[in-house]
Amino acid sequence: MTETTVRIPTPLRPLTDGAADVVVEGSDVAAALGALGARYTGLLERVLDEDGALRPFVNVFVGSTNLRELDGLRTELREGDVISILPAVAGGGPA
Amino acid sequence: MRASDQRLAELRETIPEVTPAEARALQEQGAALIDVREPDEVAQGSPAGAERLVRGFLELRIEDAVPDKDRTVLVMCAGGVRSLFAAEGLRQLGYSAVRSVLGGFNRWKEDGLPVEHPRVLDAGERERFGRHLLMPEVGEQGQVKLLESRVLLVGAGGLGSPAALYLAAAGVGTLGLVDDDVVERSNLQRQILHTDDRVGTPKVASAELTLKALVPGVTIESYELRLDSGNVDEVFAGYDVVLDGSDNFPTRYLVNDACVKLDIPNVHGSIYRFEGQVSVFWPGYPGRRGPCYRCLYPAPPPPELAPSCAEAGVLGVLPGVVGTLEAVEVIKLLLGIGDPLVGRLLHFDALAQRFSEYAIEPNPECAWCHAEGEFPEYVDYQSFCSSAGVGAKAAG
Repeated sequence: MTETTVRIPTPLRPLTDGAADVVVEGSDVAAALGALGARYTGLLERVLDEDGALRPFVNVFVGSTNLRELDGLRTELREGDVISILPAVAGGGPA
Repeated sequence: MRASDQRLAELRETIPEVTPAEARALQEQGAALIDVREPDEVAQGSPAGAERLVRGFLELRIEDAVPDKDRTVLVMCAGGVRSLFAAEGLRQLGYSAVRSVLGGFNRWKEDGLPVEHPRVLDAGERERFGRHLLMPEVGEQGQVKLLESRVLLVGAGGLGSPAALYLAAAGVGTLGLVDDDVVERSNLQRQILHTDDRVGTPKVASAELTLKALVPGVTIESYELRLDSGNVDEVFAGYDVVLDGSDNFPTRYLVNDACVKLDIPNVHGSIYRFEGQVSVFWPGYPGRRGPCYRCLYPAPPPPELAPSCAEAGVLGVLPGVVGTLEAVEVIKLLLGIGDPLVGRLLHFDALAQRFSEYAIEPNPECAWCHAEGEFPEYVDYQSFCSSAGVGAKAAG
């Protein structure tokens, strides 16, 4: 199986017991995210909608390339790839 | 005969001279006209379209101004003497077609040739911005450009504080500040524009005090209001760059849409607890076609997934890092130097102390930056983001 690292953004870390980098197995992004979701309850629905598509306020990158420029969730992974999840954040540091 | 007179006579033998009228004609054909007089002389007027390189730095800076050594270079001083020495210096650097302008600027003016009065730095500015003037990427012309620039900061809070301080310090001449909040004590953990004795005063007023104490000459244009679809065009008009330091999604989408519509670069920074994102959203950037904010995030998250800093907390120094990175991008854009974060998303993780860069592409389906013809109407941003429900706090 292909081992990859998923970088968890701060807003989702409460769901991974604080883990910032999680190593999962999976031959494509869908499988890797599925493995992540199986390990941490409630995480997957923050990234994917009920139809299993990427939510519009989240971007997922393999290396530095956006999944939207690759084969989406079917993008195949190589051993050691790094998957980054980046959600939109609003903050500028008010009150 | 004095040695200097003898040397001049020799130079007259070797350096071709042209009259101001001939110089003007050559300039129109593509020759570079270099005014080597001192700044106080240039302030009284200088030939239209001339490059101004003071004699003392001529050899050090000419290659940035005129990289092509075979281009015709016309050297001018006040009366046509200093220019002969200067021209000789350029020949020794390898410039092959150097001319000295006979009679200098005095005769140029007498002959009724076009003159302009360039903005030059006064002695105080020269001292204040000395470290910029030493770098060819800024120099006197770049510094003048900064002084004539207008930057609008949306939010005088966590991101706006360091950005405004550094932009004012760098000599950006006009800073617009949009914020309708008042200073609260809980702001002071990171919003370094404000002070403890100003708790309860409007942030724009507090910011102006701080910025003018740092740089008395800076012009501050305050907008103590909440940006909305009805006022955004008027507020943004005439600014060269907008720096988004807001704290809520409705404002971020409004800033994006207005910047796309008005073709103003949108320098974006956003933060959450220990991490931040920085990019430049400017589909009109001539260097390459990048995305707008909507290309990257077509819709905001619902509120339960997007707690604000007020709810989630934020490391106080984090907006210092992110706001400062935004200021760097603003300066680069104003000077036209370096490679801006157009089409690039910079992510900073303070806990890992790690910067990551991601490629972000324009979305060909984007209704905003790919609109053809009429720009779409601004939407109701509160209701667009209502599922996000990020409250009604102003940019901060």
